[in-house]
Amino acid sequence: MNRRILLNTLFYIILIAFAIVFLLPIYMMLLTGIKPLNEVDLKTMWNLPENGIHFDNFIAGYKQLAPNLTNSLVMVIPEAILSSLLGSLNGYLLSKWKFRGSNLIFSLVLFGMFIPYQSILIPLVRFMQFIKLYGDIPGLVLVHIIYGIPITTLIFRNYYAGIGTEILEAGRIDGASLLGLYRYIIFPLSAPSFAVVIIWQFTQAWNEFLFAIILTNQSHWPVTVALNNLAGSQLVQWNVLMAATLLAALPTLLVYIFLGRFFLRGLMAGALKG
Amino acid sequence: MSQGFVLNRSQLTLALALMAVGIVSIFILNGTELDIAGKNFTSIGLLLGGLLFYSGILVIVGMFKNETYLSVALLLPSIVAVAIFVYGFIAWSIRVSLSKWKGLLPDYTWVGLQQYTDLFHDPRFLIDVRNTGVFTVGFIAGCLIIGLGLAILLDQRLKGEALFRGIFLFPMSISFIASGVVWGWLMNPATGDRITGINLIFKMLHLDFLISLWQTTPPPWGMAFTVIPAVWQLSGFTMALYLGGLRSISEEIREAARVDGASEFQIYRYIILPLLQPVTLSAVIILGHMSLKIFDLIVAIGRKDLRLDVPGIYMWNTTFDGTNYAQGAAIGVLMLISVAILVVPYLIYSMRTEAEL
Repeated sequence: MNRRILLNTLFYIILIAFAIVFLLPIYMMLLTGIKPLNEVDLKTMWNLPENGIHFDNFIAGYKQLAPNLTNSLVMVIPEAILSSLLGSLNGYLLSKWKFRGSNLIFSLVLFGMFIPYQSILIPLVRFMQFIKLYGDIPGLVLVHIIYGIPITTLIFRNYYAGIGTEILEAGRIDGASLLGLYRYIIFPLSAPSFAVVIIWQFTQAWNEFLFAIILTNQSHWPVTVALNNLAGSQLVQWNVLMAATLLAALPTLLVYIFLGRFFLRGLMAGALKG
Repeated sequence: MSQGFVLNRSQLTLALALMAVGIVSIFILNGTELDIAGKNFTSIGLLLGGLLFYSGILVIVGMFKNETYLSVALLLPSIVAVAIFVYGFIAWSIRVSLSKWKGLLPDYTWVGLQQYTDLFHDPRFLIDVRNTGVFTVGFIAGCLIIGLGLAILLDQRLKGEALFRGIFLFPMSISFIASGVVWGWLMNPATGDRITGINLIFKMLHLDFLISLWQTTPPPWGMAFTVIPAVWQLSGFTMALYLGGLRSISEEIREAARVDGASEFQIYRYIILPLLQPVTLSAVIILGHMSLKIFDLIVAIGRKDLRLDVPGIYMWNTTFDGTNYAQGAAIGVLMLISVAILVVPYLIYSMRTEAEL
């Protein structure tokens, strides 16, 4: 099968070419980050470092972003945990306790996932000011949880729809109540979809920009807002900026590299159909 | 399911206690400020008080034999939250967009559709619409073509598939802001001595004809280059969608076609591609709604360049920098309408097909 070998070689060449392009931005950030300050020059951007590896840029970048990285972490962890618990409960009720109109309600909730947040931004700001949650992290957490309800409910509902009703009926015969069924049957089976939802919500909230810039004041800025500010500043050199960008992207990158398998496996388990 | 209500003394006591503690804590917190570590937690405290009260109600509802009541009661907070934060706020935005509110103090004087007619005669908004169109077409086409191509390549069961899959998927985990900042530097338009970024690579490879002005190309084509970081981020996701679709097509169908003498190309053209149409539809919906509301990527890469303006940025400027709330609301509502035209038919369609199952 010479033709097959030829074809496979061609496929590999295409795949490797794409892989190089996909890795180019990461390579550029790393390369720039490990050069000492005196070797940084836009004209020699792609040259390898000449005098060993230095971490000056990363240290300078970290100094710029440290408080904001903390802000993001403090916001994202409670957000991911609470919204996955809420989504799990909603998904269970909407898939196993259907009532008249529950499908319609689900569709109406689902629509909330697609709306451009510019269309609710003015009322949101007024409302958050009114309930005194404007400007700080707790308010941002609340907003992320509420606008996360559609997607988390969707993922859990689709996952639970794949769990047969027989097992629940067996539980009912044993006298389990609505919450008992959840506690002893559904919840222990939910690990794959919890993995998907926690990773998803973590990534979404970490990377989100619009709510973050509108709803927090400067001392509570999450990392995306601070990074954008850094990029617009004339005072920060681009090599520090590249190192800072890599630092800002690192948590979600690490989550993806180490937990991405669970994410994909959870998706394959029917967590997100289409 | 049996009807009826079983009164359980101890549960009733618990319920009343929860409700009482909830009410009392709300009243106490309402008058004072709750400070923890220098932060104001009054509102969170009020929220928790409300939750205590609500859990008391849940205990009472739980005494009904018909557990559907409990199910509805447990769903209620989410439903109410979405009703207020999505539908209530949309209605409120629409009302603002029909007013002449300009300046920090609300002014709900009715002006009808004035804001909308003004926008459609506003050169900046018309540029935004055109830019969104260019971006949407480029973004969806790029993701679908690259995503499908990579998925077909990876479907050949080559060695190292997992590694390639990982490389193509990882940009999805990066924020639009970070991606825009990095690509902004890679797509540096400087020429001559100051040439850098990808242009410098082209020069080193003696591919000078590829050197480009990137996003600073004169309108409308500069906008097309902002698609590059977006495609970088989401073509891997599109590939994963297609790969899932390809893997769900049984080998028997392909085998049957081979037996009938079809070439590999014909199998893809006449069997596999038509079977992938539902995946394409989902991908177009997901990618399309993202591109219609694209905002942060353009903020990071365009750096307030008006030639790369989109409605999301205009809304932000006019509302929070220009305090023209009525116009900002009108832009938001128009963005919502554009997304709704794309998404609502799909939601209705999937609700119907699911109801038939």
